[in-house]
Amino acid sequence: MENTTRVKSEEMIGRIDGRLMKNKVIKGIFLTATAFTSIILIVLLYRIISQGAPYLSWDFFQNFASRRPEQAGIKAAVIGTLWMMSVVIPTAAILGVGTAIYLEEYAKKNALTRWIQMNISNLAGVPSVVFGLLGLTIFVRVFGFGNSVLAAGFTMALLVLPVVIVASQEAIRAVPNELKEASFGLGATKWQTIYRVVLPYAIPGIATGSILAFSRAIGETAPLIVVGIPTFVAFLPSGYLDSFTALPMQIYNWTSRPQVDFHNLAAAGIIILLGVLILMNSVAVWIRNRYQAR
Amino acid sequence: MTLTAVNSTKNSESMQNQELFVYNTKNLNLWYGDHHALKNINLGIKEKDVTAIIGPSGCGKSTYIKTLNRMIDLVPGVKTNGTIEYRERDIFSKNFLVEELRTRVGMVFQKPNPFPKSIYENIAFGLKIHGIKNKQIINETVEKSLRGAALWDEVKDRLHEPAYGLSGGQQQRLCIARCLALEPDVILMDEPTSALDPVSTLKVEELIQELKEKYSIIIVTHNMQQAARISDKTAFFLNGEVVEFDATDTIFNSPADSRTDDYISGRFG
Ligand SMILES: Nc1ncnc2c1ncn2[C@@H]1O[C@H](COP(=O)(O)OP(=O)(O)O)[C@@H](O)[C@H]1O
Ligand SMILES: [Mg+2]
Repeated sequence: MENTTRVKSEEMIGRIDGRLMKNKVIKGIFLTATAFTSIILIVLLYRIISQGAPYLSWDFFQNFASRRPEQAGIKAAVIGTLWMMSVVIPTAAILGVGTAIYLEEYAKKNALTRWIQMNISNLAGVPSVVFGLLGLTIFVRVFGFGNSVLAAGFTMALLVLPVVIVASQEAIRAVPNELKEASFGLGATKWQTIYRVVLPYAIPGIATGSILAFSRAIGETAPLIVVGIPTFVAFLPSGYLDSFTALPMQIYNWTSRPQVDFHNLAAAGIIILLGVLILMNSVAVWIRNRYQAR
Repeated sequence: MTLTAVNSTKNSESMQNQELFVYNTKNLNLWYGDHHALKNINLGIKEKDVTAIIGPSGCGKSTYIKTLNRMIDLVPGVKTNGTIEYRERDIFSKNFLVEELRTRVGMVFQKPNPFPKSIYENIAFGLKIHGIKNKQIINETVEKSLRGAALWDEVKDRLHEPAYGLSGGQQQRLCIARCLALEPDVILMDEPTSALDPVSTLKVEELIQELKEKYSIIIVTHNMQQAARISDKTAFFLNGEVVEFDATDTIFNSPADSRTDDYISGRFG
């Protein structure tokens, strides 16, 4: 008996080399995958920066679109994107957080709720063009907003809404039940518990998830094209029903021109777009780290 | 049917001295879906008593105590029948708002659950939700409640620091102080010391002894020595039924039911 055990453990020790070998191979595969991705990313960034950086000047920010590349600037697109986001953020935040609160805290967990839940998750995967068509039909035509900031803002809000809802739901679900019980146990109403316990706890998570969703609205082009947002704009919107252009539209327009100079301008525009996205993601990370200590 | 002789004398006593009972449970049944968790419970709980609820895990102690302040409402799919009267008012009645019931009846949970706020804000929370905004009243109540929970001296210099910085035992006493701020009539405690070390446990037990001067206390405990040390009355629950309810001395020294005897002498559970 003793002997057999001994032989077996020798056998097992003999296999260690093989296991370590496998370990190394697997690690190598993952490392290669990471390296491959990083290299592509670096090449891409290098190309964009080397092309676009020389064009980043104060004039570039100050000028409107132009037929002459040396006079063309990105002012209308940057300001237009800001206008659009001033519609997207409040609309998506209010609708998204409201829906998440309702689904998590009020709705009965029945078949209907599960069906709604499933559809929200599915909407997150619907191609953005489809949201563009929806926006074109409803906001541009039925509501008669035209190719305006409002129409594009609402369309983009719908596009990011499912992600905002799901992220908010996850944050709300992560609130410890004991804290809600403590609040109810003191005679708090449901709303008081949501307002004073659930939301303060969930807001960092809601903010992190929502910011990532909003950054998608900044980068998306397809819905704007479908909604009919112009690309050559030499004015700033002065109201929400005015027409405008946005960063990805401007970039798209420049890349589709034959002159190389415009391609370089597009690269400069991409640098700005990337900068905005990195800034937003950093804010999300900062919020997450700041509140994680709790 | 499940009533012992002891309980029926209790019932006739309850007829005469209704006003002494803070809680009167009559033929209470409760189901989680199909699971019959409380079976025909009859219990009269006296004012200013410490009433202990003991019994093996899963016998329905938490379910019962959560029903007393209707925290059980938070669990979906629960059905009840029978009545629970709190000071002669049916707690299941539409006219008795749960918010009122839970203001009059405080609850301390198994795991200390302070809010992720300062010590001060934890106590002020209950006042604020009830619309008390006067800073002076809040300040005074915070001090009084912390003194009442024997915590003041330990925290008076760091009222505005996070409650999570306190030890487990201090957090639990903070949760008791949070209840006291609302001047409750009854305090429900569900295994309040099960997450605490022996020294903190002793402090909470001492505190309960002091609190019984002013409050009626119903405490669930899996620790029989604790029940014996701190309670006046003990109810022994088994499989969702009250096997026996009597003076703690009687339960521990000469129980009427052999199952009680088996349990307290450690033969099961
Ligand atoms: N939320 C719930 N849903 C379904 N069954 C439950 C729930 N909570 C408790 N139970 C069941 O009810 C019985 C009593 O539970 P509980 O009151 O927590 O017991 P105790 O506190 O005495 O350990 C157990 O059988 C338990 O599994
Ligand atoms: Mg329990």
